[in-house]
Amino acid sequence: MMRLPPFRYLAPKSAQEAAKMLADHAADEAMPVAGGTDLYPNMKRRQFTPRVLVGLSRVENSRGVSGSSNDGITIGGMTTLTRVEQNELLQTHYPAITTAAALVSAPVLRNMGTLGGNLCIDTRCNYYNQSYEWRKSINFCMKKDGEICWVAPSSKRCWAVSSSDTAPVFIALDAECTLVGPDGERRVPVKSLYEHDGIDFLKKKREEILTEIHVPKVNGRRATYLKLRRRDSIDFPILGVAAAIETAKDGTVEKARIVLTAVESAPVEADKAEAVLVGKKLTEDAIEEAASIAYRPAKPLDNTDLTNAYRKKMARVYVARALRELMRAEP
Amino acid sequence: MPTKTDTKPEGSTPTREAEPLSIIGKPLMKVDAMAKVVGETMFADDLALPRMLFCKIKRSPHPHARIVKVDTSKAEALPGVVAVLVGAELPIPFGILPVSQDEHALSIDKARFVGDPVAAVAAVDEETAEAALEHIDVDYEVLQSIMTIEEALAKDSEPIHTGELHRGEGSVNGNVHKAVSLEFGDLEEGFAEADVVREDTFFFQGNTHLPMEQHSALASCGADGKMTLWSSTQTPHYVHRAMAKVLEMPPSMVRVIACPNGGGFGGKSDPFNHEIVVAKLAQKTRRPVKVTLTREEVFYCHRGRHPVKMWVKSGIKKDGSITAMHFRSFLDGGAFGSYGIASLYYTGALQTVTYKIPRYKFEGLRVFTNKPPCGPKRGHGTVQPRFAIECHLDKLAEQIKKSPLDVRLDKVIEPFSITANQLRVRTVGLKECLERVAERSEFRNKHGKLPKGRGIGLASSSYLTGAGLPIYWNKLPHSGVQLQLDRGGGVTAFCGSTDIGQGSDSVLAYVVAEELGVEVQDVHVVTADTHLTPVDLGSYSSRVTLMTGNAAIEAARRLKPLLLDQAAEKLQVPVERLAMAHRKIFDRDHPDVSMEFAEAVVLAEARHGTLGSTGSYTPPRSPGRYKGAGVGPSATYSFSACALELEVDPETGMVTIHKIWIAHDVGKSINPLLAIGQIEGSVYMGLGEVLMEEQVFRKGVHKIPSMLDYKSPTFVDMPPVESILIETLDPQGPYGAKECGQGPLLPVIPAVAIAVYDALGVRIDESPVTPDKIVSALEGRLRAVTVPEYDWPPPVDVPPMREESSS
Ligand SMILES: Cc1cc2nc3c(=O)[nH]c(=O)nc-3n(C[C@H](O)[C@H](O)[C@H](O)COP(=O)(O)OP(=O)(O)OC[C@H]3O[C@@H](n4cnc5c(N)ncnc54)[C@H](O)[C@@H]3O)c2cc1C
Ligand code: SF4
Repeated sequence: MMRLPPFRYLAPKSAQEAAKMLADHAADEAMPVAGGTDLYPNMKRRQFTPRVLVGLSRVENSRGVSGSSNDGITIGGMTTLTRVEQNELLQTHYPAITTAAALVSAPVLRNMGTLGGNLCIDTRCNYYNQSYEWRKSINFCMKKDGEICWVAPSSKRCWAVSSSDTAPVFIALDAECTLVGPDGERRVPVKSLYEHDGIDFLKKKREEILTEIHVPKVNGRRATYLKLRRRDSIDFPILGVAAAIETAKDGTVEKARIVLTAVESAPVEADKAEAVLVGKKLTEDAIEEAASIAYRPAKPLDNTDLTNAYRKKMARVYVARALRELMRAEP
Repeated sequence: MPTKTDTKPEGSTPTREAEPLSIIGKPLMKVDAMAKVVGETMFADDLALPRMLFCKIKRSPHPHARIVKVDTSKAEALPGVVAVLVGAELPIPFGILPVSQDEHALSIDKARFVGDPVAAVAAVDEETAEAALEHIDVDYEVLQSIMTIEEALAKDSEPIHTGELHRGEGSVNGNVHKAVSLEFGDLEEGFAEADVVREDTFFFQGNTHLPMEQHSALASCGADGKMTLWSSTQTPHYVHRAMAKVLEMPPSMVRVIACPNGGGFGGKSDPFNHEIVVAKLAQKTRRPVKVTLTREEVFYCHRGRHPVKMWVKSGIKKDGSITAMHFRSFLDGGAFGSYGIASLYYTGALQTVTYKIPRYKFEGLRVFTNKPPCGPKRGHGTVQPRFAIECHLDKLAEQIKKSPLDVRLDKVIEPFSITANQLRVRTVGLKECLERVAERSEFRNKHGKLPKGRGIGLASSSYLTGAGLPIYWNKLPHSGVQLQLDRGGGVTAFCGSTDIGQGSDSVLAYVVAEELGVEVQDVHVVTADTHLTPVDLGSYSSRVTLMTGNAAIEAARRLKPLLLDQAAEKLQVPVERLAMAHRKIFDRDHPDVSMEFAEAVVLAEARHGTLGSTGSYTPPRSPGRYKGAGVGPSATYSFSACALELEVDPETGMVTIHKIWIAHDVGKSINPLLAIGQIEGSVYMGLGEVLMEEQVFRKGVHKIPSMLDYKSPTFVDMPPVESILIETLDPQGPYGAKECGQGPLLPVIPAVAIAVYDALGVRIDESPVTPDKIVSALEGRLRAVTVPEYDWPPPVDVPPMREESSS
């Protein structure tokens, strides 16, 4: 890996100021950086060579967790994953969030990496997460500097993999986030942040800063997150399953969310499987039925660890396991 | 003297009789531990000299291509670029083995893998050098690439090498680097005697060393024309020879200093192109030049584990004895020779050094492919066949319905015997190793009896304690130690040995301190400097403790009488009654009659002048005299056995190792802490190889040249290990010691595959044993390993053994 290319570092005090700084520069010229744990390695490999970095670490009021389980909570975009993981309010009422945060990479990276950064990380592909020289030797690819997609050569789009561990959990919890632009802010569901395109995978404007994540009140919703990876640390997910349900007093499922990550360029919601669960009790049969269709929207390709056939098969296993966990956690 | 060969156990006195050891066998700190912990150790990349330039190397983006033209003019014109180097400026080929001098510092005619160096730049800083690479234009004529053993054997495209640079019988036929055939005894007769004859095929995937420290080298050429190279190398002596050859300099004008290595594992044992490149650039610019490889470039340096396909056929009797074994291996060598011929022979050499195999045949070949060259990695060439043999034996045991433990115990080779392929074995602690791990793991109660998903596996192995022969033919010692005493009571020990983290500097200090009765901190170790230190061949083949240890003992025992004579005179005690320990020389019978070691030094120096001595070591000759008998002999062999218990998730194929018990016949542990460190490190590395590591290619390019994507266990993945040291006091070893740096890796790998079978009833006959393979096997969809057809050469003549094995 090469060293970091030279850049100018700006340190705005507010998100709006940051957004303005970004808007003042052309698209390739400037990027925001939070913990840098995703961006800096990519810059070293020349996936990005911004001349200006707008650092978010000085942005005021952008860290911490506030609210309650009855009213819903707000997490600052610049909160580090370590802080998220150790937050007692989250641990008690939203354990799926702390589980997912704790499963991201390794402790040192979680000390620097932020939640906002985690929701915005670049998509991944092992034709792309390589040094400049390496990519040159395969004549680059569509996502950066090249023409075609090596994973799916006839494809018009890039299939790089959405790899955030926390995104599927926030989607399963129907969370929203605040995006701050140069002229004001807006609040959108986390789900609508993502696009099924490995290159333009974020639907927000490039100058918008993600400042807050809002999670609705718990309202009896139970959620969990399971991650598949080769090693028990450091590795990105090669499959992630977030599942959440709300049940009536008699145990009948009223709402269900099953969100898969790392099997597409955006987190995918298995809505057909969700529909199967609604109105039923969470029994072994219902779980099997849901799992047998939940894995279908997973489209793993040969661009990350282990074989795609295996990862697809595991989607079914992991969905069933996640639902079983929720079944066992029945109040 | 420990350097004499003993063929009988009687009469061997590896230690001073009844003399208690004051240092050897104690869990002392490593001599370089503090410096390492606080970050003071100067690794090659920490060095900086005034006016130093930085080098970057331009590498081929094609797996196989003719180099038509290299235009450096644009790069040379860049501000900050001081020199650009191309292959034609270094026309002399080199390589670690005399029979395959097939590398050039920078490719001249052809690029043979993605990452093969073609040009180099020296510039005022790394960024400028890096940027300059983009301005070197290379015209390539792309050739068909050869990426597998089968493609290499197909002979339908231009061979990677012409063979001009390769010597030796049977060398280079198309893309076959070499094919060998050895036969000991009448195989057919053996198979006829057997109750069961079984054939199996296996594949061992290639993997790399992954040392923490990336290779780095700094060269400086003085006004006197003398060249100095500091490098992270395990073999300064061999680098010295290659440098002198390629730079066409008298060897006396070249000095190679091996810096402390941040891990090597065999990956820093070749003379490397980047070392020669910086030396040439230093000559050209008359400024010091440094290169430090990126992690990706380390994957291209490689010289790691060969991918090997194997076929084995054995005959076994109902009682478990093997009647004959026929073993074939097919090595995917990558683009250059490296240690490949030795690797090839090693895949057939040590099969016989664990269990009694009365008749044995080995056929093997190594091919060239357009991938980074393979070479020696911990357990060099014996890891792949050990995986095959142990898994094969487990299947045989099952077929004859015998416990895999008994099958092994019953046929452990005899101590002080000679194997079918004429290797002389000395002490053998294998039985004890097997018994201890079986007992600690409760193997008999668990094997075949654990609940589904849980399994236990057992395997054993052996390894060399130093190769019996040097890499180039000579009759010189393999290791030399020079001692110098100073008036303050200090001892300086000079030796060419290279500390790669295994602790060889510490072992040298312990041995000298023990012999002269001083404290470890009184011994100043100067190692791995071709100007200052006597030759030691390097840190490979688990040779250093035994060879340097013996050389140090000899040197110390030559000095000792000079000191004892003075003490005897001064203390008025007969010399035979004097002992040395903890900086004192004292009367064994009246320990308070004593004097300081330093005082004896002063008296002896007054009498004899400056005090110093040398010692050296050459391993005993091996009885074998056939072509190929040079690979496999060793002064003595270490033995290991491993049992491990694991759990496999039958739905996901994910393996969790619960515990590993490993016993190792170390002969005598010079320092049990270091020995256990080596064992645990071996276990860690073995688990990485069997569970996840693979050096794989896609579209001609290394698929995952990074530490994130090339999976190797992190420390949370490391299970608890119980290490058991077995001491057999080998007459060849210093104080009876044998190796422990490589052997313990060997049984771990097959034990995992065997335990997976015990857990779920599926055989994974190829490494790594990954979750997707386990799931496929459970579904009955894992394809068996196939081996190519090959027209093997006839077996070489095996003349009668040498009568006298002493050197
Ligand atoms: C070895 C390694 C392993 C990893 N493993 C995992 C893993 O297992 N799971 C996982 O999810 N991640 C993993 N990561 C990625 C990364 O560490 C985390 O996702 C982390 O949370 C990213 O946060 P950051 O603040 O460091 O982001 P940065 O690197 O600072 O930014 C990431 C991207 O988001 C943009 N960005 C950052 N903050 C904002 C914001 N507030 N608003 C708008 N845009 C923003 C940046 O411009 C950049 O494009 C790994 C990284 C490494 C190097
Ligand atoms: S999915 Fe295709 S286009 Fe996208 S990064 Fe991978 S190879 Fe490139």
